[in-house]
Amino acid sequence: MVIAIVLVLLVVGSLLFHFLSAWYFTPIASNWGTIDHTISITFWITGTVFVVVNLFMAYCVLRYRRRKGSTAHYEPESKKLEGWLTGLTAVGVAAMLAPGLFVWADFIHVPEDAAVVEAMGQQWHWRYRFPGKDGKLGTVDTRHISDKNPFGINPDDPSGLDDVLVSSPELHLPSNQPVKMLLRSVDVLHNFAVPQFRAKMDLVPGLVSYIWFTPTRTGKFDLLCNELCGVGHYAMRGKVVVEEESAFQAWLTGHPTYAETVAHKAGDPAAGKQLFALCGTCHGLQGEGNLALNAPKLSGQGAWYLQRQLRYFKQGVRGTHDKDVFGKMMAPMAATLADDTAIENVSAYIMTLPDNPAPSSVESNTARGQKIYVTCAVCHGSDGRGRQAMNAPRLEGMSDWYMITQLKNFKEGIRGHHPQDLYGPQMTLMSEILTDDQAIKDLVAYINAI
Amino acid sequence: MSYVAHDESDFVPPAEVEEMELYHAKTFVGKYIWSQDAKVIAVQYGITAIGIGVVALVLSWLMRLQLGFPNSFSFIDPSNYLQFVTLHGMIMVIYLLTALFLGGFGNYLIPLMVGARDMVFPYVNMVSYWVYLFAVLLLVASFFVPGGPTGAGWTLYPPQAILEGTPGAHLGIILMLVSLIFFIIGFTMGGLNYVVTVLQARTRGMTLMRLPLTIWGIFMATVLALLAFPALFVSAIMMTLDLTLGTSFFMPAIVSMGQQLDYGGGSPLMFQHLFWFFGHPEVYIVALPAFGIVSDLLSVHARKNIFGYRMMVWAILAIGGLSFVVWAHHMYVSGMNPYFGFFFATTTLIIAVPTALKVYNWVLTLWHGNIQLTVPMLFAIGFIFAFIHGGLTGLFLGNVTVSVPLSDTMFVVAHFHMVMAVAPIMVVFGAIYHWYPKITGRMLDDTLGKIHFWITFLGTYAIYLPMHYLGFLGVPRRYYAVGGTDFIPESAQSLNAGITIAALIVGAFQIVFLYNLVWSYFKGRPASDNPWNATTLEWQTPHTPPHHGNFGKTLPVVYRWAYDYSVPGADADFIPQNQPPSKKAGTAEEKHS
Repeated sequence: MVIAIVLVLLVVGSLLFHFLSAWYFTPIASNWGTIDHTISITFWITGTVFVVVNLFMAYCVLRYRRRKGSTAHYEPESKKLEGWLTGLTAVGVAAMLAPGLFVWADFIHVPEDAAVVEAMGQQWHWRYRFPGKDGKLGTVDTRHISDKNPFGINPDDPSGLDDVLVSSPELHLPSNQPVKMLLRSVDVLHNFAVPQFRAKMDLVPGLVSYIWFTPTRTGKFDLLCNELCGVGHYAMRGKVVVEEESAFQAWLTGHPTYAETVAHKAGDPAAGKQLFALCGTCHGLQGEGNLALNAPKLSGQGAWYLQRQLRYFKQGVRGTHDKDVFGKMMAPMAATLADDTAIENVSAYIMTLPDNPAPSSVESNTARGQKIYVTCAVCHGSDGRGRQAMNAPRLEGMSDWYMITQLKNFKEGIRGHHPQDLYGPQMTLMSEILTDDQAIKDLVAYINAI
Repeated sequence: MSYVAHDESDFVPPAEVEEMELYHAKTFVGKYIWSQDAKVIAVQYGITAIGIGVVALVLSWLMRLQLGFPNSFSFIDPSNYLQFVTLHGMIMVIYLLTALFLGGFGNYLIPLMVGARDMVFPYVNMVSYWVYLFAVLLLVASFFVPGGPTGAGWTLYPPQAILEGTPGAHLGIILMLVSLIFFIIGFTMGGLNYVVTVLQARTRGMTLMRLPLTIWGIFMATVLALLAFPALFVSAIMMTLDLTLGTSFFMPAIVSMGQQLDYGGGSPLMFQHLFWFFGHPEVYIVALPAFGIVSDLLSVHARKNIFGYRMMVWAILAIGGLSFVVWAHHMYVSGMNPYFGFFFATTTLIIAVPTALKVYNWVLTLWHGNIQLTVPMLFAIGFIFAFIHGGLTGLFLGNVTVSVPLSDTMFVVAHFHMVMAVAPIMVVFGAIYHWYPKITGRMLDDTLGKIHFWITFLGTYAIYLPMHYLGFLGVPRRYYAVGGTDFIPESAQSLNAGITIAALIVGAFQIVFLYNLVWSYFKGRPASDNPWNATTLEWQTPHTPPHHGNFGKTLPVVYRWAYDYSVPGADADFIPQNQPPSKKAGTAEEKHS
C-alpha cells in the first residue's frame, strides 16, 4: 500500500526535479546541437518508459496486494503480450539508435575546410600548436621532448619550423570556423573536454586522436581534463577563448614559431648585472633575500620562473590586487625592465649568484608537514628543487616566510585569480588542501627541513 | 492468453548419477573452518564479503565528505581521495558483489536448489574460499605499505596506474594486481564447481527448464566470469611485468614529470580493450544472479509463477552472449578507432531489448498476483524501480553520440550506481531476508527490516537522482574538488552537500541490518522448514538449517517446474517441486496441455 504510493511519488518527484531544477546542460557554444537533439529524443522515450512502467507497477502493487480471500492468477506466459512488448521495445530502441548513428557519422567525419590545431596534454598542463604558413604541422616524437623543446618537434623536419607554439593552457579559436583538434599526450591519458562544445576525446600517449567542432559563440570557456590523470587531475584546466577572426590572428601572431624558439638567445648575465643593481637594494646584492624589506630570496630559483613572474608584475597580472601589499611594491620595480630581453638578462644574472639556503624562520610540526608535502612533491619534486616541465618552482632553500605569504595569497584569492594568470589557478586549487594556517606552517617547516 | 504445459508426466529420468561420497568432518575446525560443506563456505564468503564491503562503505563516506564539504577535512588530500575512490570501486564490484553473489549465494543455493548433496568438488570449493580470503588480505595490506594503495581508479588504466604522479604507483598497484590475480584463481576454482554442479549434479527430474531462475542467473554469470576473468588476469600480469621488469605491453614512449622513460611501443588502448572485455561482462556477472534471485523473490512473495519463464531463461542467455560484444561502449571517447562506435552502439542498444523484457516480466508477475508485502518483496520492488532507472540511463551512455557529453561526468557515476550498486544490493538484501531463515533457522526481524528497506530505498535515490544532473551540468567524475569554473553554478555545491548527507545517513543505517543479522541469530523467531511456502527444493529439506548432505537419506525427485503457485484446483497456493503428480484432476496444466 505505502510502497505503491511511494512509487507514484517518486515518479512525480523525479519529473518535477527534472523540469524544475536549475541543474542541466550549459548553453551550447558549438555546432553540436544535433547531439543535444539526440539527448532530447532519448529523454522523451526513456522518460515515457520510466513513467509508464513504474506507474503500472504501482497499480499492480495496489490492486493485487494480498487481501482476505484474494488469490493469484495462474498464468505462465503470454506469447502475444511478450511479442508485442518485444516489438514496441525494439521500435523504441531503434528510434534512439538511428539518429544517434547519423550524428556519430557527422561527428567522426571532419569537414574539409577545418583548420587543424594540436592540443598536447601532459601532467597537468595543456599546450597547443598551430601549423605555420605551410599549413602543415611538423612531425613530432616524444623522444625529442626536453625543457628546450617541450613539444618534441622533430628538428630535422622543415615543415615544423614555422609551427606556432602556444606554451600556455589558454587556447584561442576563431568563431564559426570548423576546427579539427589533433590530440596527443606525452605521459598518461587525458581528455579534452569543453562542456559547452559537447564534444570530448581522450588524449592517448603513443597515438594521435582527434575531434572536430565549430565554435559558434564568442566567449571564454573552461577546458577540463575529463580522464583521470593522477593526483593533479582536478587541477588540469585550461581555457578556450573563442573570438572574431581578427582578434584571433592578433593573438596568434603574438606567439613564436618553433624556429624562433630555437634561434632565441639566452639572456646575457653581464647585461643583467647592471639591471640587478636596483633589485639588489631590497633582495640583497647576492639575491639572498631580506625579511625586513619583505624581499624574498631569488638566487637559486629557476630562470624560467623568475621571467614568468617578472612579466606578470610588469603586465599587471601580479601586484595589482588590493590586498597584495608587497606585490604592489614589486610591480613598479618590474616596470623598470624595459622589455623581454631585459627580463631575460636580469634573470640570467641571478642564475650566476651564489645559492646559499635562506635562513629558516619557522618552527613547526615537520611530521605533519611531511604528510602534506606528499601532494606538493608530485610537481615540486620530493627534493623540493622544482621542475620546469611541471611549471613548479623551487621551494627548498628559498625564503620560508615568503612561501607562507604566497600560500595564503593563493588560498585567499589574492594571487592566482587574475584572468591572465594562466598558471596560478592550478596552485589555487592545490593550496586549498591546506585547511588552516597551522597546516601552512607545518608544511613550510618541513620544506625547510628537506 | 495461451498457457504452456508443464506436465509432470513428461518427466524423463536422467541417467542415474551415483550418490556422492561426502567427507564428513568430525571436529569443529573441520566443520566450520576448513569446511568442505558448500553451505558453510557460502557463509564464509558472505561474512568476508560483507566485512570488506563495510570498509568500502566507509571509503565512500570519506570521499563524499570531500565532495560535499571540500577543503574542510585536513586528512583528505588529493592522493587519499583517489585512493578512496579506487578502493571503494574495486572492493564493491569484485570483492563484495562478485564474491557475494557467486561465492555466497552460489555456494548456498546451487546444491540445495538443484537437489545435490554438495558441490561436485568440495575440496576445491574449500580452497576457493581460502584463496579469496588471501586476495582480500593482500588488498587490505595495500593500505599499510609505503605510498598506500593505488589511486589509479578501479579501471587501473595504464600508463597512469604505474607512473609517478598517481598514488600507490609502486607497492600499492603491485598488491592490487597480485590480489586480483589471486581473486581470479580462487574464483576459477569456485566457478568450475558451480558450472559442473549445475550441469552434472541435478537431481532426478530437475531438467534445465525446471531450474529456478536463481540458478539460471548464477549459472550464466559463472560462465561469463570464467570467460571474462582471463582477460583481466592476463592484463594484470602484463601490467605487473611493465612495472617490475620494464616490459612495454601497455607503455608507449613517455616523458613523465620531465623525465624520458625507458618504455616504448606499447598500447594503453590495448589494456582498455582487455579490461572492458572483462569489465562489461562483469556488469552482468553481478546483474544476472540479481536478475535470477529477484525473479524468485517476486514469484514466491506474489504467490504467482514468474511470468514468461522460458522468455526469462532465453533473455538470460541472450544477455550473457551479447555482453561479450558490447565492451567498447566504455571507450567511445577513448581515442580508439571511431568507426567502432557504430558497431558497439548497435550491439549495446540491442541488449536493451532482452533486458527490458525481463523488467516487463517482473512487473507482469505482480500483475494479477496475490502480493504479500514482506521485506523481501519490498526489496524486490525497490530493485525493479532502481533497475528501471539505471537501465534507462544506460540508453544514454550506450548510444554513442548521446554519451559523448556525458562521458567521464558524474552522470556515469550516478548511472552505474543505480544499475550496478543500488539494484543488486536491493536484491542482496531481499535475498538475505528471504533465505536467512533457511541458513540460521530463525526469521529476521520484520520491523527492523522495514526500517532498513525504507531508509536504503529512499536514501539511495536521494543520492543518485540529483547526481545525474551534476553530470548534465558537466561536472567531471574523479575530481577532488571542482573549484571555480565559469559554468558550474554555486548551487551545485549545495546539491553535493545534500548528496553527502544522504550518503552518510544511508550508510549509517546499514547498522540496523547488521544488528538484525546478529540479534536474530540468537533471539529471532524460530523459522519453520518452509516459512514462505515456497516451491523450490531448498525449502523441502528435512532439517533447517540443512545438515551436511542437505537432503537426509534420499535425494528429492523433481516432478514440476519451480513456479507452481496458485495453481487452480490445488490444495495449497503452492506445490513443491518434489511433490509427485496427484491423481486429482483439474489442475491448470491438464486443462490446457
